[in-house]
Amino acid sequence: MSNKEWPLWEVFIRSKQGLSHKHAGSLRAADAEMAINNARDVYTRRSEGISIWVIESNKIVASDPDDADALFEPSNSKVYRHPTFYAVPDGVGHM
Amino acid sequence: MKEVNISDLEKKFEERIAAEIRIEPNDWMPENYRKTLIRQISQHAHSEIVGQLPEGNWVTRAPNLRRKAVLLAKIQDEAGHGLYLYSAVETLGADREETIDDLHTGKAKYSSIFNYPTLTWADIGMVGWLVDGAAIMNQVPLCRTSYGPYARAMVRVCKEESFHQRQGFEIVTTLAQGTPEQKAMAQDALDRWWWPALMMFGPSDAESKHTEQSMRWRIKRHTNDELRQMFVNATVPQAELIGLKVPDDNLTYNKEKGGYDFSDIDWDEFWQVVNGHGTCNKERIEARKKAKEEGIWVREAALAYAEKRAARRKQAS
Repeated sequence: MSNKEWPLWEVFIRSKQGLSHKHAGSLRAADAEMAINNARDVYTRRSEGISIWVIESNKIVASDPDDADALFEPSNSKVYRHPTFYAVPDGVGHM
Repeated sequence: MKEVNISDLEKKFEERIAAEIRIEPNDWMPENYRKTLIRQISQHAHSEIVGQLPEGNWVTRAPNLRRKAVLLAKIQDEAGHGLYLYSAVETLGADREETIDDLHTGKAKYSSIFNYPTLTWADIGMVGWLVDGAAIMNQVPLCRTSYGPYARAMVRVCKEESFHQRQGFEIVTTLAQGTPEQKAMAQDALDRWWWPALMMFGPSDAESKHTEQSMRWRIKRHTNDELRQMFVNATVPQAELIGLKVPDDNLTYNKEKGGYDFSDIDWDEFWQVVNGHGTCNKERIEARKKAKEEGIWVREAALAYAEKRAARRKQAS
C-alpha cells in the first residue's frame, strides 16, 4: 500500500477586511491550488473568512522555544518603552 | 549543543502545567505526555471519521430536503473535525498515514458508540441529541486541555458541535410529537441508544487506567464518572420535556448530590464492543479500509499532476 503523503500546508485566514490573516490550522494537499480549495472546505464552512493564504509547512522558519529567554528578555527589561512608565500630573486628562 | 538535564526539563514542564501555561509543539515534553496525546487525539480523530458512517447510512433516506441538507452539513463537519485533529496529531511528530493505518489494523481504537447500527430515522435524532450531546460534555473541558493545538482544535469543534445536538433533538422532538407510531419509534431509539451513550464516557474511574496521569497533566479536566453524571443530569429533563422515558427503572433524583442516581452500566457489553465484538465493528473498519485503498490512485494521480505542473512551470520560466 502506498503511503506517500501529500505535503503539509499551513493555512492563514483573513476573517474580514481590515483584519490581518491569522493562522487557522494545517492540512494536506497535493499542490497550492488544492490547498486553497481544501482550506475553504476545512476552515471556512461558516463564513469564517474572505481570504486564504497557504504555505507549505516546511517553508516556515520558526524561532526555537529554547532561545526564547535570550530572544525576548531584552524587551522585558525596557519598561520605559511603555507609556505607564511615565508620571503625568493629575489634571492633564487623556494623554 | 547545550548540556541539559532531563530532570530540570521535567521540572520546568510540570511548573508550566501547574501554572496553566499551554504546551506548544516545539516545547520540550516528557515522552509519555507525547505518547498519551498521540493516542488520545488520534483516537478522537478516528471517532470523528468513523462517526460519519452510521449517519451516511441515512443521507439518501432523510425524510425531506431540509433534513437531508442538514445531515450532509453535519457529516461534512465530522470530516472537518477529524481533519483538525489529525493535524493536531501531526504537530506531535506522529505520521498521519501511520495513525490511520493503526485504526485499520485495530491497534488504535475509536468511540465504541459507532459500532451500533442506525436502524430508523429516529436513530439519527438520537445520534445528534445523545451521542453529540455526550461528545460535547467531553469536549468542552478539552478546550482548556494543556496541549495548545489540541485545545485550539477543540474550540472549533465545540462551536460546530452545538448545532449537531440541536438538530438531533429537533428530529426527536418532532417524532415525539407526531403520530403514536412516530412516538413509539422515538422511544424505541431512546431505549437502544441511552446505555451506549452513557458508555461513551469510558470505564468507571476505578477501572480507567489513564485517567489519573491525564488529570495530572491537565490533558483531562474531569473524570469519566463526573462527565457521565453531568450528562445524565442534563439529558433526563430534556427527555421528560418531550414525553420520552429514559430506560432505567432506578433513575431517581438525589437532592443531596444535586443529580440523578442511575443503574449500573452493563460493562460486559461495553468491553465486548470495545474489543471488536459489537454489531458493526467489522463493517466500520472494512468501510474505512476500502476508502483508503480505493482512493490510493486518486492521491497518487493528484501528486503526479502537481509534480508535472511544477516541472512545466520551471521549464517555462
